[in-house]
Amino acid sequence: MIQNIPLSYFLVISTLMFFIGIYGFLTRRNLITMLMSIELILNSVNINFVAFNRYLYPQQLQGHFFMLIVIAVAAAESAVAIAIIINIYRNFKSVDVENVDEMKY
Amino acid sequence: MNILNLFIIVPVLTVCGIMLTKDLKQSRLVSAIGMGVQLILAFVLVYLYLSERSAGNTETMLFMYDALWFPALNIHYALGVDGISVAMIALTGIVVFAGIFASWKMEYLPREFFISLIVLATGVYGFFISIDLFTMFLFYELAVIPMYILIGIWGTGPKEYSAMKLTLMLMAGSAMLMVGILGIYFFSAPAGSPLTFNIMEISKITIPIEMQRFLFPFTFVGFGILGALFPFHTWSPDGHASAPTAVSMLHAGVLMKLGGYGVFRIAIFLMPQAAQEQAWIFLILTSISVVYGAFSAIVQTDLKYINAYSSVSHCGLVLFAILMMNQTAMNGAIIQMISHGLMTALFFALIGMIYGRTHTRLINEMGGLMKVIPFLGVVYVIAGLASLGLPGFSGFVAEMTIFVGAFQHVDVFHRVVTIVAASSIVITAVYILRVVGILLFGPIKNPHFLELTDAKWYERISTISLVLAITAIGTAPWWLSNMINYSLAPIVERLSTIQVTGLF
Amino acid sequence: MADYTYTLLIPLIPLFVFLLLGLTGHKMKPLVSGLIGSTGLGISAILSYATAFKYFIGSHVAGTGYASIKGFEVSWLHLTDKLTIHLGVLIDPISVMMLVVITTVSLMVHIYSIGYMKGDPGFYRFFSFLSLFSFSMLGLVLATNIFQMYIFWELVGVSSFLLIGYYYEKPSAVAASKKAFIVTRFADLGFLIGILMLSFNTGTFDFQTLTDPNGPAIASAGGAAFMGMSVLTWSLIFIFIGGAGKSAMFPFHIWLPDAMEGPTPVSALIHAATMVVAGVYLVARLFPVYALGAPDALMVVAWVGGFSSIFAAVIACTQTDIKRVLAFSTMSQIGYMMLSLGVSGYGGEEGLGFMASNFHLFTHAMFKALLFLGAGAVIHAVHTNEIGGMGNLRKHLPITHITFLIACITIAGIPPFSAFFSKDEILVAAFHNNKLLFAIEYIVAGLTAFYMFRLYYGIFWGKNTKYDHTPHESPLVMTIPLMILAFGSVFAGFIPFHSLVTSDGLPFESKIDWLIAIPSVLIGVLGIVVATVMYKKENPLPDKVAGTFKHLYKWAYHKFYWDEIYLFVTRKIIYRYISEPIAWFDRHVIDATMNGVAGIVQYTSYAIKGFQSGRLQQYAFVFVSGTVVLVLIFVYLV
Repeated sequence: MIQNIPLSYFLVISTLMFFIGIYGFLTRRNLITMLMSIELILNSVNINFVAFNRYLYPQQLQGHFFMLIVIAVAAAESAVAIAIIINIYRNFKSVDVENVDEMKY
Repeated sequence: MNILNLFIIVPVLTVCGIMLTKDLKQSRLVSAIGMGVQLILAFVLVYLYLSERSAGNTETMLFMYDALWFPALNIHYALGVDGISVAMIALTGIVVFAGIFASWKMEYLPREFFISLIVLATGVYGFFISIDLFTMFLFYELAVIPMYILIGIWGTGPKEYSAMKLTLMLMAGSAMLMVGILGIYFFSAPAGSPLTFNIMEISKITIPIEMQRFLFPFTFVGFGILGALFPFHTWSPDGHASAPTAVSMLHAGVLMKLGGYGVFRIAIFLMPQAAQEQAWIFLILTSISVVYGAFSAIVQTDLKYINAYSSVSHCGLVLFAILMMNQTAMNGAIIQMISHGLMTALFFALIGMIYGRTHTRLINEMGGLMKVIPFLGVVYVIAGLASLGLPGFSGFVAEMTIFVGAFQHVDVFHRVVTIVAASSIVITAVYILRVVGILLFGPIKNPHFLELTDAKWYERISTISLVLAITAIGTAPWWLSNMINYSLAPIVERLSTIQVTGLF
Repeated sequence: MADYTYTLLIPLIPLFVFLLLGLTGHKMKPLVSGLIGSTGLGISAILSYATAFKYFIGSHVAGTGYASIKGFEVSWLHLTDKLTIHLGVLIDPISVMMLVVITTVSLMVHIYSIGYMKGDPGFYRFFSFLSLFSFSMLGLVLATNIFQMYIFWELVGVSSFLLIGYYYEKPSAVAASKKAFIVTRFADLGFLIGILMLSFNTGTFDFQTLTDPNGPAIASAGGAAFMGMSVLTWSLIFIFIGGAGKSAMFPFHIWLPDAMEGPTPVSALIHAATMVVAGVYLVARLFPVYALGAPDALMVVAWVGGFSSIFAAVIACTQTDIKRVLAFSTMSQIGYMMLSLGVSGYGGEEGLGFMASNFHLFTHAMFKALLFLGAGAVIHAVHTNEIGGMGNLRKHLPITHITFLIACITIAGIPPFSAFFSKDEILVAAFHNNKLLFAIEYIVAGLTAFYMFRLYYGIFWGKNTKYDHTPHESPLVMTIPLMILAFGSVFAGFIPFHSLVTSDGLPFESKIDWLIAIPSVLIGVLGIVVATVMYKKENPLPDKVAGTFKHLYKWAYHKFYWDEIYLFVTRKIIYRYISEPIAWFDRHVIDATMNGVAGIVQYTSYAIKGFQSGRLQQYAFVFVSGTVVLVLIFVYLV
């Protein structure tokens, strides 16, 4: 119980983080930076889970557990994404996302 | 074993047999044997049918066979024939047989060619023997799709364009047909009873008139595209011109009759009220077809285009006659289907033979061929005379029956369109004689042609079998006419029980 | 009732010969094929004479008329419950008369052709086509119903096509055969429409039922009317159009002069004696219907006949090709026959025109065939058709000369040769019906004598001795038919047609009306005299006359430009202004629409495929915005 900090503050923060992450994913050219934006999105979801857990169901811990799973998945997914980026670098000699457009009409 | 099932099994076995062969000689031998067996089967069917009828069997459809296919939608694999189907099967047998012999020298990918050809034939046979709407549609598609492969690979000239145009336009027709057939299905039974695809059962009830008004144009135009209905006929000139010989023979000779047969069996039979109301629109279109095709043929310079436009004209006459919806005219329509099928197959076979020798289809580059290749020349003249409706050949019988039947309507509109359609006998004479005069008569244009060889034995089989069939119907028409008349009786009876306040 | 079933053999024997020669003729020696053809016709001829004897004399009961008998009939094609096409044999005065005419002339032509066509590579083909024609023509005259007649009508047309185009390597022959077929086919369309109208109004195709004076057909004349004339009249006019086409009546006459491209025996058989009279026969066959039910249609017949008659006679005066002169002469004489039918009434004396028409048909067949075969002998001898290349042939070709002269005298109407009798009856019938028509035919009689003797003098007189090689008389096989036909021309006038072939089958009294006969002979003699003065010896008189009537001469020489009109209509109008636009429309408008549909599909596809850009961020953007939209919808609208 964090007194006098309404739930909505946390939700606003997580929403801001979410859309900043999406904006970053859609507009950044560097693949690593896009990866960082994805992390932002995932972390915003984490904040959401924990906040709801703490405020609505303080006796239970499902939100916390789910947050832990998301962190683990995010870590694994980062590892795979870095591996892909390294392969892309080897093929195109740069990590610019504009180069990865072969799968088209 | 129901004899009708054999009509599907024999071609399938032939295809399997061809897949085991190695080269042209073996594949064409297997095809010839297979289609020869099929031809004999067709004649056996005619004989059995006639003996059943003379033994007193008065059911509408004979040799019926039924197997439940998709229980959920009540789709059956239902077969049955009456006099009209039997006649069409005989026609297909003769034309396919002649077509195999006309392709005796197909050097490029012969196995695949013959396989596609026979799959096409299977589709056609299946269409004529089925009485379940879904099965008919299935065989219809089976007959249309191989055309793309056959024209696109073995064709001449702008073959890819022609193949694509033909297939897409016919597919558009199938799409319209699908709408029509599904529509009929959903109204095929009064509320509460299970829906059915079976034609005979649907014919016992009346589809609501508002739905008929909507479904009839779809079905009619869907089949009409295949039957060369103006203005949807343009796939025909390019398609026929680019196709190899046997494919043109089969297509103009048999496939285009699927359109006429379909209109007859499905559109008119199941939706007679709408047919009566809307006939006048399509009568105008079909009579334009007849005259338009003939006029276009006059100025063409390519033999195959002349024949293609001629087919548009004659097939238009078939639809014209069916729309007259009385016994005589519909009898004439079916005789015309058979007669034109034989004649156009003969024409395309001859054109293929001439092209194989002179390597040109432009009539202005040829001339005086009668002296060099007399057998082919004489047969061409015979084919031409049959096409312009000379008595003694089947074309005359068909056309006169149609005109007399059409003239039975006493109102001015029907009689005027009949006279317009009848004027085609003059225009047909003009373009036929023009071609014969330029191609066969006159001085020899190209001295290289002096070394041309006349018809070989397989070419003689091909052409003579067709000429004999045309002459047989022309000199002894009563066999065919009576057989068809008998089977038309129930249909005419159904048409006459409805009273419609149409426009005319 | 006597049994006439054997008459089936009369047309069937030539059919059999046609098939035999057509399929195996190339393996025979030419002479054999000629003999087979002639023998076949000979048997048919003997059977025809036997039938004529049996019908007119043998089984005839004195005092009664001649009834029509159906010798044989079988149902061929069932059309509606009332209309069925039968095939059969109808024996009545005109059909028996035609049997005699056709088989006799055909036999003469066959024998003659053995000599004329000697050496031609297509000898057997010629004889097989001749037999085909004989079969078709015989079937036509023996027809029991109008549809059967139509069937054989078409077959006759095809035989004519094949025979005119016999020399198929000559472009002019090919063009002529096409023209003949197409012009007659156009007329046949009228015939067909007439048949449809007639049969639906009267409920039958059968001639016996149609022509029964008390039957239903004629009674329906009072039925529905259209534009002032009954449907029956209209249908008969359409049927007459078909007849006018085959008989080369104006304006369907253009094919006949060109048909002379065929070998001369063909011209003799088809275009003089038999096929061209098919139209006359058609009107004669339906005569009771015409006379009793549709007198307006008969007027049309009469005037078309009269006009064609004088039209052709004027043109014939200017032509220089032997066969063209004879062709126009044929057209003119057939005009006589049509006119005679047109002015005739029905029954007894009223039916004089009918009798005269058939009489003239009979005599005309004899002398016109003789003229053509004689012309053929001349052409055979001097190898040219033009009068200018001939002259002084009476010394070289004596038999041809005498027979030709006999024919010319006959056609001029000089008694006691046959045409005097037949022509005189026509003039009498015309005089009693319509004085103007009589006047036209009277003038034509004079013109006929004039141009025929112009031709005669041009060929056989004059001082021309510039021949490459001396012309020699034709062999016996060619001259014997000439002599037989000459015999017929002379003596056929004495056959008592007025008791044999009449409009109602009953005989009537006929006498020579001297009031008409003497002036008709006089004008014939006048024509001969004028021709003698102008043409017997070389003199400048013809050119002076031509110069005086400069324009008329030029127009007549060019056949009044009808061929040019025909060419204009077919080439310019049908070809350029109808067919080509239609073909263009098909390729560039309808096809373009279909191609346009395909083009639109292609364009749309190109436009849409930008969505698959391969760019990851674009995909993500679409994904996210779609989700947002859906969420908004679900939250606010659902």
